Amino acid sequence: MIEILSRTLLSSVQDLGREGYLHLGVGTSGAMDHVALAAGNILLGNPENSASIEIQIFPFEVRFLDDIAFALTGADANAELDGRPIPAWWTLQARKGQVLKLNLTRRGARSYLALAGGIDVPLVLDSRSTQLRGQFGGLDGRHLQRGDVLRTIPREDSGNTPTPLPAAGFGVEPPEFALPLGDTEAVAQGIRTFVRVLPATEYDCYEDASLAAFWNKDWAITPHSDRYGYRLEGEALATKRTLEQRSHGIVPGVIQVPPSGQPIIQLRDAQPSGGYPKIGTVIEADIWRLAQAKLCTQLRFVQTTYAEAVSALDETRKYLDKLRRLATLYKLSKR
Amino acid sequence: MTNAPHSELSEAPPRASLLGTTALLFEPPGEMDIHTQRRIWWLARQVETWPDIKETVPGMSNLMLVFATPPRDPDSLIANLIETWNHAEELHLEGRIVELPVIYGGEQGPHLADVVAHTGLTVEEIVRIHSEPLYTVFALGSHPGYCYLGGMDPRIATPRRKVPVRNLPGGAVSIGGAQTGVSASPGPSGWNTIGHTDMVFFDPLRTPPALLAPGDMIRFRAERIIK
Repeated sequence: MIEILSRTLLSSVQDLGREGYLHLGVGTSGAMDHVALAAGNILLGNPENSASIEIQIFPFEVRFLDDIAFALTGADANAELDGRPIPAWWTLQARKGQVLKLNLTRRGARSYLALAGGIDVPLVLDSRSTQLRGQFGGLDGRHLQRGDVLRTIPREDSGNTPTPLPAAGFGVEPPEFALPLGDTEAVAQGIRTFVRVLPATEYDCYEDASLAAFWNKDWAITPHSDRYGYRLEGEALATKRTLEQRSHGIVPGVIQVPPSGQPIIQLRDAQPSGGYPKIGTVIEADIWRLAQAKLCTQLRFVQTTYAEAVSALDETRKYLDKLRRLATLYKLSKR
Repeated sequence: MTNAPHSELSEAPPRASLLGTTALLFEPPGEMDIHTQRRIWWLARQVETWPDIKETVPGMSNLMLVFATPPRDPDSLIANLIETWNHAEELHLEGRIVELPVIYGGEQGPHLADVVAHTGLTVEEIVRIHSEPLYTVFALGSHPGYCYLGGMDPRIATPRRKVPVRNLPGGAVSIGGAQTGVSASPGPSGWNTIGHTDMVFFDPLRTPPALLAPGDMIRFRAERIIK
């Protein structure tokens, strides 16, 4: 068990999301950064889809009420266990009573705290993710608060044999280094994020000048950006004629353009349907990059092809497979 | 609803577009009416049995397919989809009728004035026109339990708002373009809210979780008008 010590705005329990209920209006929810969530679970030997805590506002503090192995992935938040610094993308054994603190982030926007066994909240419609709009899933369908106590699923039940961790723990290479994209200098400084985009349904309806701006200009991530969507600001995008769509299904990554001309990227808590024109879709393999882009930084769209977008998913899979092999090796070397 | 004249719509070929590697949106030509929608329901039932399709999501006279794994050859999937659509039959779903009492206008119907301004009709006329028809649930979407309804009188059609409202309460009765609907829980919306109703549309622990399903029907009863 762990206890939330900080007044923790906007932290929630998430797994990889709730699939198969879009036809009832139920969006997927789930971790904004699927790669970080899966990686944390892999480091601990959990099933990849185990529920963890997504942390969006720092500092964040928890106390371990038992001896529990944990992993930190996603944004590097200068974490400390009882004041002792912990590197990013690291797993460690915590002792009962120890306090884990995540400070301001050096890099990235969202950290993930995974616990051995995974967080034990009820499965609702096949997922443990918090559905904020529907007010269910996660812990009572809401954000976490100070004083909340979360249990973990006993290892016997999760189908994994517990393996002791090396005393100092171990870590892995974060995906921003393993899977670089765009101007790595700007990415490393956290000033600009690059994501690959496939043109979507109404792409051809935009003025040439707007398409040029879409691909070549910076897009500021405004402070009104959250798990629902990133509201961007840049040169207003104009269509050649007025468009009004019939309501239709959409998925995370779709870039909608309301009549203001300022695009909105739909994300994990977005509605599963919409009616604004869709200029493009951030490919599934790059949504984790968006998840780690901070407010008030710049975004660049990189045009890609369907075939490239599919192989990008394979690249992510290979990265996670490599982590799994490394995690196995570290644990074997302990004995 | 598109501004294109009817003839242009009918002649257009079905449109299929990829939403990244996650989904495909299929938009056949034709009116946004019950006949097109029944064919969409039929198509959804066919396609959901296809390999590598995780889910089919009917919209307003369109269908989104969500991939279990992205198809290596989306063009052949699209060809199969169009072929199946061309043979689509009307699936008749016999639903039940649910009556929703509505308070129009006031604090919980803040955009009624915008509908007045856009349509040139009076508040009474808008309420009468809105509460007259028996609406059919065409599809669910937007948020858990929300219903897209068919059958709104085009005279009260009003464009979606330029900037979406960030937090509307549950039970908001609204108009977006040529469509109307009721929000099932608090959240953001780009539609014009004209009134309010009290009803629980979704409970994840209930089977089925949604109160209404495609084919069910709704009637709005004007309980009160606040000017």
